[in-house]
Amino acid sequence: MCGIVGLFLKDKALEPDLGQMLSDMLITMSDRGPDSAGIAVYADPVDGIGKITLQSDFADTDFGGLDAELGVAISGDVSLVRRDTHAVLHLPLDKVADARSALAGLRPQARIMGVGEALEIYKEVGLPKDVVDRFGIRAIAGTHGIGHTRMATESAVTTLGAHPFNTGADQCLVHNGSLSNHNSLRRRLVREGMRIETENDTEVGAAYLTWKMQNGATLGEALDASLNDLDGFYTFVVGTKDGFGVLRDPIACKPAVMAETEQYVAFGSEYRALVNLPGIERAQVWEPEPATVYFWSHETSPTPSLKAA
Amino acid sequence: MQIIDLENENLRALNATLQAQSADTNQQEWEIVNPRGSHAIAVGLDAPIDVTVKGSTGYYCAGMNKQANIHICGSAGPGVAENMMSGSVLIDGDASQYAGATGHGGLLVIKGNASSRCGISMKGIDIVVHGNVGHMSAFMGQSGTLVVCGDAGDALGDSLYEAQLFVRGSVKSLGADCIEKEMRAEHLTLLQDLLDKAGSDAKPKQFKRYGSARELYHFKPDNAY
Repeated sequence: MCGIVGLFLKDKALEPDLGQMLSDMLITMSDRGPDSAGIAVYADPVDGIGKITLQSDFADTDFGGLDAELGVAISGDVSLVRRDTHAVLHLPLDKVADARSALAGLRPQARIMGVGEALEIYKEVGLPKDVVDRFGIRAIAGTHGIGHTRMATESAVTTLGAHPFNTGADQCLVHNGSLSNHNSLRRRLVREGMRIETENDTEVGAAYLTWKMQNGATLGEALDASLNDLDGFYTFVVGTKDGFGVLRDPIACKPAVMAETEQYVAFGSEYRALVNLPGIERAQVWEPEPATVYFWSHETSPTPSLKAA
Repeated sequence: MQIIDLENENLRALNATLQAQSADTNQQEWEIVNPRGSHAIAVGLDAPIDVTVKGSTGYYCAGMNKQANIHICGSAGPGVAENMMSGSVLIDGDASQYAGATGHGGLLVIKGNASSRCGISMKGIDIVVHGNVGHMSAFMGQSGTLVVCGDAGDALGDSLYEAQLFVRGSVKSLGADCIEKEMRAEHLTLLQDLLDKAGSDAKPKQFKRYGSARELYHFKPDNAY
């Protein structure tokens, strides 16, 4: 099953409440996915500063002193904000690639969950309400975010099997459904040099999008191509730096409901997830069409990836 | 009028109360407030009562309905009026996928649009959609009537048996073995009757009729993969 929520704020006055609203939406979707939960928030991008979200099963030892050690390794200022098993590193944007390779040596047990300027990803096993609490999601302000509650079907219930999956800088993917050709596609992507860590089907979907974009596709083009290359059922929601996108497979048996008001655009696997949003009674509510890529964005003039949609 | 507030009352109690109404109940009018997208509201009813749901519903609202007239003042989630036997279900807004699936009788009216698989495997139900229907609508429909005042999506009436389909707007594509058929006087009469019952002022002559070519009733080697 699985549940997806997404919230994109048009009204800046709501930004302090982003974590609060997303948490409530996510917890309502617990019935659809009690195994694990994850959330991606887009918050506080600062010019010239990059963010790396790190996860470790040994957070106490791994995160202690990491900011100083990494700062020396990349010759730049690094600050670290820890939330339970995750930490967000802030560092000079032009040092992000150096930091990634340095981290592999400094903290081999830690895993990079997300990279970008605004993106932070938090995900763990457990009930959505517990996951929300342990990361303190309610207190996070931001411009937009997406979340996922998982009912595992294709692979084990682990932190790395939880969604969202990072696909590129400031991009991530959540998925409701099951991909049926993920084994053959995983082998193909690994031959192409992609690194895939789990048996999870969605990780393969995310790696596929990353691979397409590394070869010149825009996110919109990569999503369009996935209609031909991915077999199975899916409703995808992708987080982007300035908004989010939605794609349902052509059969469209996985549910999706959208609501839009002057204050926000919201996505839910079910209408139930949206009922606490302000002014929902007056919102325009509809179902996204099958096999159609949608994007919502803060940008007034569309970027190339938005045009491609 | 009996009012049940789902903010205070739980769903099982609501359905047990409604299901307990007999044919000669004095409590003929019911209102359900604060549905908040809950699933399985007003299912399995079997009495001639009027139920109004003040808001949008989740999965399977009004499933297996017999005799009752259920009015949803909002939009309905997947599987609304699934397997309806008799009575009526009226939806002011849109309906999600497989509205009226496998319905044996009664009337389902959707004032907005219905998404995919509307009337899939219908077995006698009459469905009138004021707006559009999505792909694979009336798939394997056996009997009953689907009236679409707007447009129909891909593969309308795929593998159709004897359900009758009427569409006023465009049809994106017809499914396997579904063809356009001649509109005769008896069809115009049937259509006028359903449009009247559904509160639509569309004119029967604006519609086209679709039905089964009956080429899939018997096995042919050409049909094998």
